[in-house]
Amino acid sequence: MIPELGQFALIIALCIALVQGVLPIVGAARGDVTWMNVARPAAQGQIVFVAIAFGCLAYSFVTNDFSVLNVVNNSNSSLPWYYRFAATWGSHEGSLLLWVLMLTVWMLAVTLFSRHLPLEMVSRILGVMALISVGFLLFMLLTSNPFERLLPAAPDGRDLNPLLQDPGMVIHPPMLYMGYVGFSVAFAFAVAALLGGQLDATWARWSRPWTTMAWVFLTIGIALGSGWAYYELGWGGWWFWDPVENASFMPWLLGTALIHSLAVTEKRGGFKVWTVLLAIVTFSLSLLGTFLVRSGVLTSVHAFATDPARGVFILGFLVVVIGGSLALFAWRAPKVGLGGKFDFLSRESALLANNLLLIVAAASVLLGTLYPLFLDALGLGKISVGPPYFEAVFVPLMAPAIFLMGVGPLAKWKQAELPDLAHRLKWALAVALITALLLPFTMGKWTPMIAFGLLLALWVVISGFVNVWQRVSQLRAANGLGTGAQLRGLPRGYYGMLLAHAGVAVLIAGVTLVKGYEVERDVRMQAGDTVEVGGYTFRLDGLVQVPGPNYEATRGLVSVLKNGKSVRTMFPEKRLYHVQQMPMTEAAIDTGFTRDLYVALGEPVGNNAWVVRIYHKPFVDWIWGGAFLMALGGILAITDRRYRLARQAEQQIPNAAATVTA
Amino acid sequence: MTRFLFPLGIFLVLSVFLAVGLKLDPREVPSPLIDKPAPAFQLVQLQDPGKTLAPGDLKGKVWIFNVWASWCVACLQEHPLLVELSRQNLVPIYGLNYKDGRDNALKWLDRHGNPYTLSAMDADGRVGIDYGVYGVPETYVIDKNGVIRFKQIGPVTQKVLEEKILPLVRQLQG
Repeated sequence: MIPELGQFALIIALCIALVQGVLPIVGAARGDVTWMNVARPAAQGQIVFVAIAFGCLAYSFVTNDFSVLNVVNNSNSSLPWYYRFAATWGSHEGSLLLWVLMLTVWMLAVTLFSRHLPLEMVSRILGVMALISVGFLLFMLLTSNPFERLLPAAPDGRDLNPLLQDPGMVIHPPMLYMGYVGFSVAFAFAVAALLGGQLDATWARWSRPWTTMAWVFLTIGIALGSGWAYYELGWGGWWFWDPVENASFMPWLLGTALIHSLAVTEKRGGFKVWTVLLAIVTFSLSLLGTFLVRSGVLTSVHAFATDPARGVFILGFLVVVIGGSLALFAWRAPKVGLGGKFDFLSRESALLANNLLLIVAAASVLLGTLYPLFLDALGLGKISVGPPYFEAVFVPLMAPAIFLMGVGPLAKWKQAELPDLAHRLKWALAVALITALLLPFTMGKWTPMIAFGLLLALWVVISGFVNVWQRVSQLRAANGLGTGAQLRGLPRGYYGMLLAHAGVAVLIAGVTLVKGYEVERDVRMQAGDTVEVGGYTFRLDGLVQVPGPNYEATRGLVSVLKNGKSVRTMFPEKRLYHVQQMPMTEAAIDTGFTRDLYVALGEPVGNNAWVVRIYHKPFVDWIWGGAFLMALGGILAITDRRYRLARQAEQQIPNAAATVTA
Repeated sequence: MTRFLFPLGIFLVLSVFLAVGLKLDPREVPSPLIDKPAPAFQLVQLQDPGKTLAPGDLKGKVWIFNVWASWCVACLQEHPLLVELSRQNLVPIYGLNYKDGRDNALKWLDRHGNPYTLSAMDADGRVGIDYGVYGVPETYVIDKNGVIRFKQIGPVTQKVLEEKILPLVRQLQG
């Protein structure tokens, strides 16, 4: 009964989405207020029914309803309840439902935080989002029904993939999807602006916080996924250039470009056409990522079941959504007009260069991901593209972008002077260069790559400090207040930018140091054996059997000693999950600010001996720390006063929204 | 106007490729390891945990390397072919027992027959990564110099065995 209720709720949600996708858009074209007013209540109704459907599926999972095919394939009665709940989005069908749920959450957010937007704009935005929702609901109902019954019911389920039985996997997909789907808001804003012909600084200021928020979620989602791979796959890697990882990374790169391009549109009214195109392409790549993951055109460790009907449906949907919006772009964009002029040397041109580099980077990731498919389709043979390609292409593209990160924020809008910039940044560059050249010697090994990586990281941080210092001294000269007051007076958007850039620097430092200095030892150990790695002594004290809720684990007891003193005991596990009979490595990680100690059990080699993998990974956590700093910077930027002030001003003066400029 | 059509044009070309891609089988992507030396490893043997297996031990003979697991359904499909092949004594088959448990693997061989001269245990799939294993089963033909000459992703079929693997093995055995 409950699953049928869920399916029925999905059908109702589809009907609401159809109404919401048609009436408000037509209403906005005709100036019909009654039709436009349908948008908000429809969006709020849609989330209710999608949430009911999601609740019904979650209920079927938590209560072990093995007459539902999806539950049988992805759950088991001995699975702890929280993983049964997380299994709701562990399958292809369930993750689509999560996708739509996230989309309706964003729609609800738009209905709540759009009081200051003109009604036509809101109607078009919600209408476009509803049309996307129609596509996904149809996809689910036609090809991937999460509520399909299995009669007679199975006695028990086949269990959730043990890889996914992990706290990281409980929150990683919702975060990632919030990011993916969040770009639909920026997309809807762009399409609405093209439809309405209103594309100005106000439009950019409205889209900016939404875009940043989606980017924050995507950043956290990708970082969680990478962290999960690090501790769950058991060999200490954190990024594999797998097609599915690339599918999330491409929208991230373009989303980053979009954030910067929106800044120019808001502050200077420039890059309008460019920004609109980026907004469309960013969301298109989110959709393309979904297509690549769900259709099985590419092989991947994450690939779900391959079903040609699904691939055809998604491709058709892609052609309609992306092709339609790009056609609209080709039709309407020529009328938008260009922004203000700017010199070759200016903050605009720095941001434009940054945009181009990010886009080329995204394009090369796309090329690497699809290249095997292209060659195959042209009958030119079959190849696989691996990490060496991506690393060879990515580093040279990112290095100049990182350099610009130091220059851009200091350059003046419209026109900057090279001697002036060089004067202001020469000390930053000198300090960064000398530190980067000398620092590796103190750490025991000097290579060009380590020094170069450190140079980039230091450059970003030091030029950030120069930026703050110069801004404060300029202001002090202007209004005479003290340094503390000046620092407090700077807008949060500015601090958010600095923090996000510092996050990039921290990430680069982490990647550089872990690649340069990590020590990996795979050794055969018996109880009592010791091994020395990275200045620590590891002693295997023994192995015990530990039963888990749905697995049996062999747990190693490993003492870590430094200078003869015991620092801590680590417990790496090898688990054998009962239902799928799949062994899983549960690494023990001692996380530290400057290093991780990573111990994982390999295989038993007889006589109670095991192959044990012991890694010393310096600064590896800085990789995720950097990502979270970026996300934090984004959150700080969203809470900037000017968004709230603008909103208050507009509420006091009705209908002022259309005339307010930044 | 025309330059605003570029994004649409690029996308349409891309979608044609994607449409063609839907009809292709990504599982046929060959290994970049073809004509490269088989990656080295030293793994514990399945039947005798005290001993190990390394590709270097097999220099001088042509052998088939088959990735299998007791949890793998598709392996059952090719298994009778492998058992039959091993009876003919044409070429030795070595197994890579991938992400599996020893008890289950041994039970599975008891039940379905053991075509393998030896099986090595790759319990956490690390060697599988070196070999670029997409999924189980996969099958490699490795020549006398330890160079990979052929890779089959997915179950070996009668057709592949007769038309590709066996002629290649004969040619390599010279």
